[in-house]
Amino acid sequence: MSTAADIARAVRAGERSAREVLDAHLEVIDTREGEIHAFNLVLADEARAAADEIDRRVAAGDDPGPLAGVPVALKDNLCTRGIPTTCSSRILDGWRPPYDATVVERLAAAGAVTVGKTNLDEFAMGSSTENSAFGPTRNPRDPERVPGGSSGGSAAAVAAGFAPIALGSDTGGSIRQPAALCGVVGVKPTYGLVSRYGLVAFASSLDQIGPFSATVEDSALLLEVIAGHDPLDSTSIPEPVPPLVAALGEGVESLRVGLITELLGEGISPDVADRVRAAATTLEAAGAVVGEASVPAAGFGLSAYYLIAPAEASSNLARYDGVRYGLRVDAPTVAEMNEATRTAGFGDEVKRRIMLGTYALSAGYYDAYYGKALKVRTLIMRDFAAAYEQFDLLISPTSPTTAFRLGDKSEDPLSMYLNDVCTIPTNLAGHPAMSVPFGTGDAGLPVGVQVLAPALGETTMFRAAAVLEASAPTLEERSR
Amino acid sequence: MSESLAAAPAIIHSATTGEDWEMVIGLEVHCELATATKLFCSCPNQFGSEPNTNVCPVCLGLPGSLPVLNRNVVELAMRLGRALHCSVEPSVFARKNYFYPDMPKDYQVSQFDRPINVDGHLDLPDGSRVGIERAHIEEDTGKNTHAGAGGRIHGADYSLVDYNRAGVPLVEIVGRPDIRSGEQAKAYVDELRAILLATGASDAKMEEGSLRVDANVSVRPVGSTELGTRCEIKNLNSLRSLGRAVDYEARRQVDLLESGDRVRQETRHWDEEAGRTRPGRSKEEAEDYRYFQEPDLVPLAPDAAWLARIDAELPVLPAERRARLAEAAGVAAADAAVAVDRDLDELALSAIAAGADPSRVLTHVEHNLAVEGAADLDPGHLAELVGMELEGKLTATQAKQVLAEMVTSGQHPEAIARQRGFEAMDVGALESVVDGIIAASPAEWQEFVATTDEKKRGKLTGFFTGQVMKATKGQADGRAVNVLLNQRRAEADT
Repeated sequence: MSTAADIARAVRAGERSAREVLDAHLEVIDTREGEIHAFNLVLADEARAAADEIDRRVAAGDDPGPLAGVPVALKDNLCTRGIPTTCSSRILDGWRPPYDATVVERLAAAGAVTVGKTNLDEFAMGSSTENSAFGPTRNPRDPERVPGGSSGGSAAAVAAGFAPIALGSDTGGSIRQPAALCGVVGVKPTYGLVSRYGLVAFASSLDQIGPFSATVEDSALLLEVIAGHDPLDSTSIPEPVPPLVAALGEGVESLRVGLITELLGEGISPDVADRVRAAATTLEAAGAVVGEASVPAAGFGLSAYYLIAPAEASSNLARYDGVRYGLRVDAPTVAEMNEATRTAGFGDEVKRRIMLGTYALSAGYYDAYYGKALKVRTLIMRDFAAAYEQFDLLISPTSPTTAFRLGDKSEDPLSMYLNDVCTIPTNLAGHPAMSVPFGTGDAGLPVGVQVLAPALGETTMFRAAAVLEASAPTLEERSR
Repeated sequence: MSESLAAAPAIIHSATTGEDWEMVIGLEVHCELATATKLFCSCPNQFGSEPNTNVCPVCLGLPGSLPVLNRNVVELAMRLGRALHCSVEPSVFARKNYFYPDMPKDYQVSQFDRPINVDGHLDLPDGSRVGIERAHIEEDTGKNTHAGAGGRIHGADYSLVDYNRAGVPLVEIVGRPDIRSGEQAKAYVDELRAILLATGASDAKMEEGSLRVDANVSVRPVGSTELGTRCEIKNLNSLRSLGRAVDYEARRQVDLLESGDRVRQETRHWDEEAGRTRPGRSKEEAEDYRYFQEPDLVPLAPDAAWLARIDAELPVLPAERRARLAEAAGVAAADAAVAVDRDLDELALSAIAAGADPSRVLTHVEHNLAVEGAADLDPGHLAELVGMELEGKLTATQAKQVLAEMVTSGQHPEAIARQRGFEAMDVGALESVVDGIIAASPAEWQEFVATTDEKKRGKLTGFFTGQVMKATKGQADGRAVNVLLNQRRAEADT
C-alpha cells in the first residue's frame, strides 16, 4: 500500500483517482476487517461520495489539499456530524453529533476521505481495546494478541492497511502504546497544539488528538494538517504550526539525547529495553550525543495519573444521565432514571474510574488524593524541565512489553494500568512524544521506541524519529 | 468593622422569657449579566424566547464541546466588582459537580477558591455598611417545568426542560452576615439593584429572575457575638417577600430556641401565600460538590490597563450621589435617597447651586416630581419657582400646579403663574378673610384658643384653614393662614 504522501501527490497530480485509492483500501477492509474488528462503523458510501468529489475537483483544476484523496480512519470518540459517535459505549446509543470536531473539519478541508470510525476502549479508558462495548479489536501482526489501547482500532487500521493514516487520542499513552504494539508510528503532540473541540472528553487536562501512520513522514504531514490554533478550544496554543515535513531530513547531528534511566529498569521487558538501547546506538551513530537522563518523579506518574484522570472523568462523564441524548432506562424518578441509565450504559472499567475519581475529589479526601496528585504533576514537570536543560530529546520504551494475548490482563486492572508507565509522564507534563517502530522483540512482535521532547519540540522529535525509521529493521508479517 | 456602622437592629422581644434576640442576615444575590451572548458560547442571552431555541452544542453540554469565555462577561463582572469596592483578583474557574436535569453537563462552571472579586462593601442610604465577601462569575442553569401536580416535581406527570437559560452569565454576590433587619435586607437589595443598573451590569429584574435573592438567616441573643445555626431561604421573588420571609424566619427560630428546641441547618422555601417558610432539602445530607479547577478553561488574569480603564469609566454610584446632594442641601444622606432613586439629584444640585432653598427643592423632588420628564426640567426655572414660593407670590398648592406644567410644557414659572391668574393674596385681604371665618365660628374658636390638647388643636387648625381655602378658592397660602391663626390665638389668650 502507498503512503499518504504518495497518494496525495498522485491524486493532486491527476495520476491516480481518489476513488481508485479508496476502493483499494475498501477491498483490504473487506478482506480482513471481519477478523480484526478495527472499525465500529465503515463509511463506504460516504467515503465514495467524498472521493468522487475530490476527483471532480482535481478534474476541474482545483487543489483539494495536502491530503487529497487520502483515506483516513477516525477514532470513534471524534464527533462527526450526523454520523454515530459512540466512544464504544452503550450509553451513547443512537447519538449523532450535530457538528464535526475541528480536526474532522480540517481533514475534510485538506482533501482527506474518512473511511470509518474506529474501535476503542470505552471512553478511551484502557490499554487493550478489550473494554469496548462492541467487542475487542485484534492486532493485525498477531490476531491472538491485543492491538493495545485505547486507540487500538486506529492503530490496527493502519497496521492492517485499511487506511494509511488515522487519528487517535492520547490521555496516558492511548496513541503511542497501541502504535508500539501494532508496529506503526503514533504521535502525542504538545498539549494544546491540536484542538480538542469535538473530541469526547475523558480527562480534559491530559487528552490530546494525534496521528497514526505507517511512516514518520505521514504522521508529520497529518499533524501539520490538524495542528494550529482553534478559537473554540481555550487551551489551544495561539502559535503557528511548527514545520515538520520540511525538517524531516535534517538529521540528529550534535543533538543531545538522554535515555531515561527510570524507564529502563524494573518492569521493562528485557527485549524491549534492548531495542531502546539499540535505538540510542543508532542515534549516536547518526551524530547525536547520547547520555543517561534522570526524571526521578516519573516513577510516581502512574499513581498521580490514576487520580487526576479519573477525577476529571468522573465530572466529564456526568452528562451521560439519560436526560438529553443516548441511552435512557426509564424509572419512576429522575434520580432513579439517572442511576438505571448509567448502570446499564457504562462498562466495568468506566464505572471503576468514575468511582475512583469521585472518591479522589470528595470532601475530606481531596487533599490526600487529588491535591497530592497535582503536586506530583508539578514535580514531574520540574524534573522534565531539569532534564531538558541537559538534553534536546529523551528516549524510552513506549510500552514495557510487546503485545500481550487477549484476556491476559483484562481481569487484573493494575497490571493493565502498568502498560502506561512509560507514556503517562509526558501527558502529565503536557509535552509531545511519539512512538517509532524499531524492530521486534523475543516473539517477533513489534517494539516501539518512544521519543520525547519539551513543549512544542515536535520538529526536533520528528527529525530523530526519521533517523530511527531509516535504520529500523523491516517488520514482517508473523506467520500465524 | 461593618457591624459598628450597621443600622439599628430589629430586636425580637420575647414575651415568654423576656429575652431580646437579634437576627443575623447574609444575602446571596445571583444576577444575570446583560451581555448580548452567553458565558461560554455565542448563543443570544435573551429572556422570553421559544424554549430551546437559544442553544448550541456548547450550552447544551454535548459530548466534545468546549467552553470559550465571553470577554464582555469579565468586563461587566469587573465593573460590578469595582462598584462594590472589591479587589479584582486573578481568578480560576471550577466545576461544581451535582446531578440535575436542568444542568446540561451535570456540573456548573463557577468560581470557587479563587473568585474574581473579593472583599468589598455596600453602603446603604441609612448610613450602614454591609460587607461583600466575594462576587464571582458562574453559569446559569436551564429551567424545569413540571406538568401536573400543580407544577411541583413530586407527582408530576412529566417534566420539560428549557435550556435557553443554560449558560447565561451570572455573578453571585455573597454578602457578609452584617444585616440585622428585614428592612435593611430590602434596602441592601434595592441599593445593589441601583448599582447593577448604574454600571449596566444587569437589568436586575426580580420578576424575570435576572435578580435572585437567597437569605441566610440566624438569630442570637442580643449582646452575643456568636453566629447561630442558619437557614437558607429561597424562592424570594420580590423585595416584599424578602422582608416578610426574614422576619418570619427569625421569629420561627426564636420560638424554636425558646421552646428548648434547636435550629436545623437547612434550605427553606418562602410560601408567599401562606406567609411562612417551609423546609426543603436538608443541608446536613446535602451533596458534596467535589469542586476542582475547570480544565477546559485557562486562568483569568485581567491586566492592569484593563482594570484601570474599568475604574476610569465607572459611573458615579448612588452612595456618592447621595452624599453629594446631602452635603449641598445640608441634610442627612438618607434624606437625599429619593432624589437619587429618581435620578433627580443632578436637577436638585443645579437648582440649589442656582440659589434655591434646598429643603423646598427636596420637598418638590420627593412629592411633586415622581413623573416622567422631571429630570429634563430647567434647574434655573425650578430655582425661580422656589423663590416665588418663598416670596409668597405662590402658595404651596399653586406652586405644585405650576411645577406640573413646567414639566409638560417647559415654560417659565412666572409665565405659567400669570396665565393661570395665580397672584398671591395681599396680607390685608387674607387677614380680613381669616377674621371673618373666626367671627362665623365662635364655638370652634373658643375651643381652639382654650385647648391644650395638641391633637385637638391640630384638628381645629385644619378646620379653620379649610374654611379659609374654601372662601378664597384655594388662593390663600396655607402657611400664611397658619401664622395668622396662631397670631390671633395669642392675641385672644392675653
